[in-house]
Amino acid sequence: MPDGALPVLDVKNLKTVFHTRSGDIHAVNSVSFDLRPGELLGVVGESGSGKSVTMMSLIGLLPSPPAEVREGQVMLGDQDLLKIGEERLRAIRGRDVGFVFQDPMTSLNPVFTVGFQIMEPLRRHMGMDKKRARKRAVELLELVGIPDAERRLKDFPHQFSGGMRQRVMIAIALACDPKVLIADEPTTALDVTIQAQIIELVKDLREKLGMAIIWITHDLGVIAGIADRVMVMYGGQVAEHGPVREVFANPAHPYTRALLKTVPKLREPRAEKLRVIEGQPPMLGAHPAACPFRARCAHAFDRCARENPARRLIGKGHDVACHWDHRTGEPT
Amino acid sequence: MTSPRKALVEVRDLKMHFPISGGLLRRQVGAVKAVDGVSFDIFEGETLGIVGESGCGKSTCGRAVLRLYDITEGSIKIDGTEIGTMGQGQLRRMRPKMQMVFQDPQACLNPRMTVAGIIAEPLDEHGKLSGKAKLDRVYELMDAVGLNRNFANRYPHAFSGGQRQRIGIARALALNPRFIVCDEPIAALDVSIQAQVVNLLEKLQDEFGLTYMFISHDLSMVKHIADRVAVMYLGKVVELAERDELYERPLHPYTEALMSAVPEPDPAIEAKVERIILRGDVPSPSNPPKGCNFSTRCPKVMDICRKLDPEYREARPGHFVACHLHDAGIMDNQTNAGSAGAPPRNEHKQQGEDA
Ligand SMILES: Nc1ncnc2c1ncn2[C@@H]1O[C@H](COP(=O)(O)OP(=O)(O)OP(=O)(O)O)[C@@H](O)[C@H]1O
Ligand SMILES: Nc1ncnc2c1ncn2[C@@H]1O[C@H](COP(=O)(O)OP(=O)(O)OP(=O)(O)O)[C@@H](O)[C@H]1O
Ligand SMILES: [Mg+2]
Ligand SMILES: [Mg+2]
Repeated sequence: MPDGALPVLDVKNLKTVFHTRSGDIHAVNSVSFDLRPGELLGVVGESGSGKSVTMMSLIGLLPSPPAEVREGQVMLGDQDLLKIGEERLRAIRGRDVGFVFQDPMTSLNPVFTVGFQIMEPLRRHMGMDKKRARKRAVELLELVGIPDAERRLKDFPHQFSGGMRQRVMIAIALACDPKVLIADEPTTALDVTIQAQIIELVKDLREKLGMAIIWITHDLGVIAGIADRVMVMYGGQVAEHGPVREVFANPAHPYTRALLKTVPKLREPRAEKLRVIEGQPPMLGAHPAACPFRARCAHAFDRCARENPARRLIGKGHDVACHWDHRTGEPT
Repeated sequence: MTSPRKALVEVRDLKMHFPISGGLLRRQVGAVKAVDGVSFDIFEGETLGIVGESGCGKSTCGRAVLRLYDITEGSIKIDGTEIGTMGQGQLRRMRPKMQMVFQDPQACLNPRMTVAGIIAEPLDEHGKLSGKAKLDRVYELMDAVGLNRNFANRYPHAFSGGQRQRIGIARALALNPRFIVCDEPIAALDVSIQAQVVNLLEKLQDEFGLTYMFISHDLSMVKHIADRVAVMYLGKVVELAERDELYERPLHPYTEALMSAVPEPDPAIEAKVERIILRGDVPSPSNPPKGCNFSTRCPKVMDICRKLDPEYREARPGHFVACHLHDAGIMDNQTNAGSAGAPPRNEHKQQGEDA
């Protein structure tokens, strides 16, 4: 991506807290990133590291209470999504920003047919009549590889397999040709041949429509294949971020380095035993005053317990939030 | 295979069809052929991986093998006992031997029960342990799966996904099963925790001599954990072989496409991988195509594939495949231009008969 291009989405210091009966959970802590036109930003990170909450905070999808988006700025073009209010946000969701949720069973409404759920945004945002919306819905289902599309419009979500429900979600998100597509684990439930098709589809849409995409996944392989940049999250923060080749070739954060070693590779000899990252994820009970990874980090030293590391630039567009220097193996 | 292995699970021509009803009277108008005639063995102490695309019938197959459904047709033997036609009463007595670990640990743990209660439930149902012995067994199981005993009285919501999956595994182990169907046991987990759970499953297998049917869409992980792998497509097993044989020398064009599609966590390799992107309609299990189920998407499709369903046969020792390309009789016929008509079919050979 050209570095100079103006971002379509610019997120600064986003901070989201959940107020729960057993105390606050600081799920997202000062997360900043941007997204340029036509670019694909991959987001990886441990379960609970705040990937979904970050993205849901952006477009006001978290129930409040318990969630409070406490700080930050989310510029989509020239409007701050955190300021414009629910009504305008609703118009933006599904039209300018498409969203594929992580759990298709909870995000598809069980009492409506799949056809209705695809046609609804087409009619609402694009003003299509029933007939056109229906035709487009069939096209979309075919696009995501659902056989018998015409007939299946009448079916309810429970009549689809897990992977098929996910494809329906993708069809809905793509319905209105959004500027920004936020896809939260969109292919996790899919088999690899369909995933490969969907990835081709997304690459294609990206080129044709200039759609910018945020792709959350735990599959480092997917990121390696499609992302321009990658953002690694840990404990509600950005641990490392940079161009995808750079981050995979020279991972700087001890968490990224461990993560890259824990996944088996198909095209390499089989390991006797898989490497694991020992220890537990952080509790997020308070605003972190220390590095959230320190308890599991082989390189932690005293400063890591005193001071939460800020992101520092270590290469072109490559930054890491860590007090340890991976090049020298010494504290910075 | 050199040493004769004992088949703990023998599945023959298993079919599981779900009725589709329609019309005003909700009459049956068709059937989803979720599993449509599969045969395989699972040897004692081994892990049989089941891979294949979403909706191809992996879960249905796993559930049918455990008789969580009344199967449409076929035979299932567990340790020599036919359970395909068993009634629920008799099945109940078989249950302790065979267990299932599910994809979503959240969904199958009762949120109002403590961890100890959840793990002890099968013991209450099938066993007759005293309170003390039961608690000891619960602790033993918690140790086996690496859960801290101090957590016994906590509720599932207080656990992470990986820990919840451990609870599910502990529960599945409670009655000393010999055979466990793991249906995408790690799909819902974080990558770093996937490795923990897989290592745990392997450790338990060594310790207790467990036999696994491991359903997953993660081919890299299946390569790690499975001894043999079955590839399913639209309700059928299209290929089955030893792990290394299958990954290094796949025979079925679907398996080839599947392997090529696996993303590699390395951008340098990714840039070089030649992907077979499948085109064509994904057929529906309620209306499978004529001939070979894969013919609508197969990059190597021949005329005969659209007419005749390929036989599932042993193409190399221990390597089974259902594809005309690997049927010498058919291929000879193909090259002899002009020879019309279906070639003679061999006697259907069951996998395992000559193992
Ligand atoms: N409704 C809620 N109430 C309280 N805490 C919540 C709520 N939703 C999320 N959290 C907490 O916020 C943190 C971040 O969660 P999030 O769902 O963003 O993680 P994630 O990175 O998307 O993980 P995964 O990979 O499992 O989807 C977690 O610690 C989670 O427990
Ligand atoms: N109870 C049911 N009633 C009707 N059809 C069903 C039922 N359960 C499954 N099916 C259908 O059977 C087929 C196989 O489903 P199954 O859940 O076994 O697939 P799978 O291979 O496990 O897919 P996934 O990878 O998405 O979990 C699908 O077409 C599905 O829609
Ligand atoms: Mg998430
Ligand atoms: Mg399934």
